Amino acid sequence: MAPKRQPASSTLQSQSQSQPQSTATSSLTSAFTPTKPSSSSTAYSSRPNAVTDAQQILDGLWRNYLKETPQRVKLIDTFMAFLVLVGGIQFLYAVVGGNYPFNAFLSGFGATVGQFVLTASLRIQCNPQNRKEFESISHERAFADFVLGSLILHFFCVNFVN
Amino acid sequence: MAPVSIEPFLKGDTGRNTRGLLRLIILCTIAGAAVASRLFSVIRFESIIHEFDPWFNFRATKYLVQNGFYSFWDWFDDRTWHPLGRVTGGTLYPGLMVTSGVIYHVLRLLALPVDIRNICVLLAPACSGLTALASYLITSEMTTSPSAGLLAAAFMGITPGYISRSVAGSYDNEAIAIFLLVFTFYLWIKSVKNGSAMWGALTALFYGYMVSAWGGYVFITNLLPLHAFVLICMGRYSPRLYVSYSTWFALGTLASMQVPFVGFLPIRSSEHMSALGVFGLLQLVAFVEFIRQQVPNKQFQTLLRALILVVFAVSVGGLVLLTISGVIAPWSGRFYSLWDTGYAKIHIPIIASVSEHQPTAWPAFFFDLNLLIWLFPAGVYMCFQQLKDEHVFVVIYAVLASYFAGVMVRLMLTLTPVVCIAAALALSSILDTYLVAAAPEPSSEVNGQPAGDSTKAVALAVQDSLRSTRRPVLGIYSYLSKALVSAVITIYLLLFVLHCTWVTSNAYSSPSVVLASRMPDGSQHIIDDYREAYYWLRQNTPNNAKIMSWWDYGYQIGGMADRPTLVDNNTWNNTHIATVGKAMSSREEVSYPILRQHDVDYVLVVFGALLGYSGDDINKFLWMVRIAEGIWPDEVQEREFFTARGEYKIDDEATPTMRNSLMYKMSYYNYNSLFPPGQAQDRVRGSRLPAEGPQLNTLEEAFTSENWIIRIYKVKDLDNVGRDHASAVAFDKGNKKRKTAKRRGARVLRTE
Repeated sequence: MAPKRQPASSTLQSQSQSQPQSTATSSLTSAFTPTKPSSSSTAYSSRPNAVTDAQQILDGLWRNYLKETPQRVKLIDTFMAFLVLVGGIQFLYAVVGGNYPFNAFLSGFGATVGQFVLTASLRIQCNPQNRKEFESISHERAFADFVLGSLILHFFCVNFVN
Repeated sequence: MAPVSIEPFLKGDTGRNTRGLLRLIILCTIAGAAVASRLFSVIRFESIIHEFDPWFNFRATKYLVQNGFYSFWDWFDDRTWHPLGRVTGGTLYPGLMVTSGVIYHVLRLLALPVDIRNICVLLAPACSGLTALASYLITSEMTTSPSAGLLAAAFMGITPGYISRSVAGSYDNEAIAIFLLVFTFYLWIKSVKNGSAMWGALTALFYGYMVSAWGGYVFITNLLPLHAFVLICMGRYSPRLYVSYSTWFALGTLASMQVPFVGFLPIRSSEHMSALGVFGLLQLVAFVEFIRQQVPNKQFQTLLRALILVVFAVSVGGLVLLTISGVIAPWSGRFYSLWDTGYAKIHIPIIASVSEHQPTAWPAFFFDLNLLIWLFPAGVYMCFQQLKDEHVFVVIYAVLASYFAGVMVRLMLTLTPVVCIAAALALSSILDTYLVAAAPEPSSEVNGQPAGDSTKAVALAVQDSLRSTRRPVLGIYSYLSKALVSAVITIYLLLFVLHCTWVTSNAYSSPSVVLASRMPDGSQHIIDDYREAYYWLRQNTPNNAKIMSWWDYGYQIGGMADRPTLVDNNTWNNTHIATVGKAMSSREEVSYPILRQHDVDYVLVVFGALLGYSGDDINKFLWMVRIAEGIWPDEVQEREFFTARGEYKIDDEATPTMRNSLMYKMSYYNYNSLFPPGQAQDRVRGSRLPAEGPQLNTLEEAFTSENWIIRIYKVKDLDNVGRDHASAVAFDKGNKKRKTAKRRGARVLRTE
């Protein structure tokens, strides 16, 4: 909790310190250190710093994400990003090119949204931080649920597509 | 030595098994009792479909069984709403018919050829057994006490509020819908508790089934999002909520769109928008949570709140904007009438005219729920005490359902499950406290000591004079109070059973197709006029003779007489109904062209004056007038049917408009021939009729049933010689009269 009390002037310093430190030491400290200073800085500093602060937050977020996330979860995230992309393209097409076969558009869009949500659920259930929320659900069970949900989803989509 | 031999069965592992077995047996007995108490009407009358709507469901089921699923799906029915027809396959909730169709075929497969009529009659009682089971499950999720679930199941099994819609023969959508409602709620609670996508998917599946079965699915569509929203606002967002809600919404919405009648409604109509809004909100909250996990930061709390507020404001604004601009269909009329009870009466008389859409009278609550209604608040209070996620659900459900039940009689049905659950929670905690024979352990007092410190301090601070506050009592010691309370509760429960049985047998078990009355000697007399008349139609009229009647009888004519009708209980076309209303409430000269234009061959009216049957057409007549007035305000005016003093009269004081209306004429035509001259009595309205009965020119009496309840008139063809009907009738009736008139005229001429 020490870094929190540091004045704003030391922000940059601690930021630069934290990066080499985090690569070497345990992940827990790395998860906390890059962000703590930013909180204190936004709390105390004036306007001009806000943009750089936001940048720092995002930067720290991204780096933290890359470091913290297991390979498998990254795979899931890639899939989710792909789904967002596909959904976005479909939506854009519906806005620009018209949504004439409305059934088809709906089931296509519904499939991406539904699959996204199901994948997000899988990701949440597999997240070790949520362990105590999902005591009754093992990773295998979560995956089986995911498969079941997807099967139902795509059955409905195919049935609805006309 | 019996206690010794029983002992091992009640303790340890075997004990658990024994208790499980006992519970199972009790549940089966409850289901049996639930089914049995709904069979009054079958035993008293026969295995017959009741009332009005069930006749359509029955007819559709027969069609499904005979022609298969695909032709049922594409069914265009040209025998209703003549000359428009109805795309039946696309405008009904197919869940009920498909369920009984499946049962029919499964039983055939098992070499049990049961008549489809019996399946339809007994479907509702069978489902009520399942409902009892579902309410056991849902209540068991609320509390650790095993007795609460059993009590809830027992209450659900015999509460008149639910029996009213599920006696044998009342083959209506609600028959299976209430089971699906309760079971969907159970699955939802389960999925919120476990955060499992599987339970969420099951919730969605049963939600889809519910959508296919009953229009009341909108209740679930709004209740679950509200639950999620309240949980978020209470700061109780959890990943479990995300998993269950998102899974339910994504799958459930797609599932609901599979039903042709619902179609695109889930993304178009305002009723469904709350679910969509909460879904979006939940995504945002989950995303923010995700970021917060990555970046532990106090500011995110405030950021989160701000974000929620902004998004909520934006989405509500967007919803209003879209509704105004017409992208999303505005709220439907039935829905408006939920908020403003006077709305329907002013704007949509057709909705207000249905008796089950009237606001509930307060005795109805006690009549339908008896002791549960005063245990209900206690149960809700107990939910507040624990207030876990599932208890929040019960509280929300209780609040919403109480409101809706107060607005519409029919929605008492959605209130009943939550009343049973809450009452069972309250009663089981009373029983658990008072039915324990052993005095509370001294350890409880030791336990109470540290906990009591704070209470003691409070008590001292407040007042020292109350003994109960000085020494908090933790348990019941005296056998007397235990025995007293248990005895009182037992008496209440017994009274409850008596009341339920009485209400079921007296109020809810009449098929209303067949009426029963008691002879002076106490024996039962069956009045079977409806079926007599419908069978007459079936036997004596051509297969495509068009029958006009008020819409209440449309389904019955379609089902029992198998003849095309002009309007029926599926009131989708207000103008067409108003046309019939206009024909009924106008003079013959106006009505006859309408009848001709619609190819009407026979007109059927229900007339209760001879028997004192109050549900007849003269009593419904004002609604016909009102509905017709809604479309033709210039030609039909409600005021004209009231006397100068504003009374609705049928005797000598009746207005000329009333006495010339087709309905009045058809009802009282020839009626005074039953009585000595000038003595004709109307036993429903309790008034004496004019000495001279009405005269019909354009219709002729074709059939009148035994007790005059149903009267059928044939519409005359155009006159052969080209006269108008009035003069033709006058000619037929009194050749002589006309001649004398002529002669008199001639005589006058001669004298001049």
